[in-house]
Amino acid sequence: MANSETADQPEPTRRDFLYVATGAVGAVGVAAAAWPFIDQMNPDAAALALASIEVDIASVEPGMSLTVKWRGKPVFIRNRTEDEIAAANEVALDELPDRLARNDNAAAGASAEDANRAAPGRENWLVMIGVCTHLGCVPLGQSGEFGGWFCPCHGSSYDTSGRIRIGPAPENLRVPPFEFISDTTLRIG
Amino acid sequence: MSAESTYQPKSGFGRWMEARLPIMGLVHDSFVVYPTPRNLNYLWAFGAILTMMLVLQILTGIVLAMHYIPDAAMAFASIEHIMRDVNYGWLLRYLHANGASMFFVAVYIHMARSMYYGSYKEPREVLWILGVIIFLLMIATAFMGYVLPWGQMSFWAATVITNLFSAIPLFGEGITTWLWGGFAVDSPTLNRFYSLHYLLPFMIVGVVVLHVWALHVVGQNNPLGIEVRSKQDTVRFTPHATVKDVFASVVFLVVLAWLMFYLPNFLGHPDNYIPANSLQTPAHIVPEWYFLPFYAILRAIPDKLMGVIALFASIGILAFLPWLDTSRVRSARFRPLYFWFFWIFMIVVVGLGYLGAQTPEGGFLLAARLLTAYYFAHFLIILPIIGLIERPRPLPSSIAESVLASSGGEAGEAAPAE
Repeated sequence: MANSETADQPEPTRRDFLYVATGAVGAVGVAAAAWPFIDQMNPDAAALALASIEVDIASVEPGMSLTVKWRGKPVFIRNRTEDEIAAANEVALDELPDRLARNDNAAAGASAEDANRAAPGRENWLVMIGVCTHLGCVPLGQSGEFGGWFCPCHGSSYDTSGRIRIGPAPENLRVPPFEFISDTTLRIG
Repeated sequence: MSAESTYQPKSGFGRWMEARLPIMGLVHDSFVVYPTPRNLNYLWAFGAILTMMLVLQILTGIVLAMHYIPDAAMAFASIEHIMRDVNYGWLLRYLHANGASMFFVAVYIHMARSMYYGSYKEPREVLWILGVIIFLLMIATAFMGYVLPWGQMSFWAATVITNLFSAIPLFGEGITTWLWGGFAVDSPTLNRFYSLHYLLPFMIVGVVVLHVWALHVVGQNNPLGIEVRSKQDTVRFTPHATVKDVFASVVFLVVLAWLMFYLPNFLGHPDNYIPANSLQTPAHIVPEWYFLPFYAILRAIPDKLMGVIALFASIGILAFLPWLDTSRVRSARFRPLYFWFFWIFMIVVVGLGYLGAQTPEGGFLLAARLLTAYYFAHFLIILPIIGLIERPRPLPSSIAESVLASSGGEAGEAAPAE
């Protein structure tokens, strides 16, 4: 800067410094004051309190599904048939548009094999958030060309492991955090 | 507006007021003696019609807000309460719902008028961009209003549209949760949409003031697309434009009345009379008719993020129209090539609207993709090129000359209408 000094560009004065400093402090103050107005729209304490639910699944036979509501969203709990499990295992990983398990119970980078999506040790049970990863519609069960789920809104098809196969949805149906408390009770969240 | 006012208050009170707040002078200069091109046709009445519709929507909206309850458990029932119990509630609600549709009819005609006659061109770029901003605010207002009855279509429209933001990389999920105030569309979402649905119309009023201000600085375009050159080219706003605007508004209201009294649910969707159910999506969800072309563009693209970008780009690209159209001739009357491409573009937009209501598969999907490509090509390829290669027809030397020639040379008494 010192070298580029010219007669018509005088050195900044104390007044220039004060203008910039005042402006900077003002901007920080406005940003800080704006935050409560923005943050009030985030989920409130009452919404966050609805964190987990327990579901009795004793009556769900193979080939049957149950849809429950968790955090305002549908959760599909499906007791899969032998055929569905076999169909899910037959798919090679490189046929899948999304190769990640999208399972909150598995490691972050787990691959989308059926074993990484079904309940551990109970591979007939598949628990997923029933919200299409495209734009949030609820897919219809046991329909679409892969025998899994089909979203009526924009035509995404999921297989019997809830993995996206064709259509605009970018990701597999998400598996929420869950665990079996007993053989007949499932806790989601 | 910048010139000295010619307003002469007649009463003592008028003179007293004018010296303190010259509001009557402003009205006089802007809407009484304001010079308006003498060759305007009825397509120029839609500015007045849109202003009337905005006022009507605000009036009906304010009284509906006196009876509506923005709570997920009570919203649907409160709409039925308005329809069955509130005095004239059925009339006010049908007026508001069909008024929204007719508002979009008017705004689309107004926009097509500007495109046909090149009203967005220099020096009216800022005027046009303010119009695009008004259109965006109208879209947001109409969408949030459609959510309020909390029927199945309301709920799933809210879900699909807010999920558009989940396509944003990294922040998408945080933004949607913030918009919802929860983990799905629910009561907090409805409550804030109600608050914003009440706010946005007043923001529209603010931008309309700027729009009219900008219009009165640069002056109105006209069907010939040539500038006003002398006093001969203009007539006074009152009575000429005022009477035409009032007559056109009355005709427009007749159409609105026919719609709301005889076909009040024709433009709506029957599924919206089913209360919202977060566990079941209707088999066939469609937006209101005025969003169908944009919805078709969203669905035509097989990738989520790209689809959302195309949706926003299809509206945002309008703001760049003044610079994408390279021709200096405004009116399509003197642009033999643009004339045809304008009408092709209109057909493409209507075609996209039709496809937006169909199931996106097979031939419908293919057609939607072709028309989406054409939509963007119109702005990005066709308009820049035809402006360079087209040979426009010779322009008349003045508005007055053109008007007088077509009315047999009778000076002074030529009608301002065509």
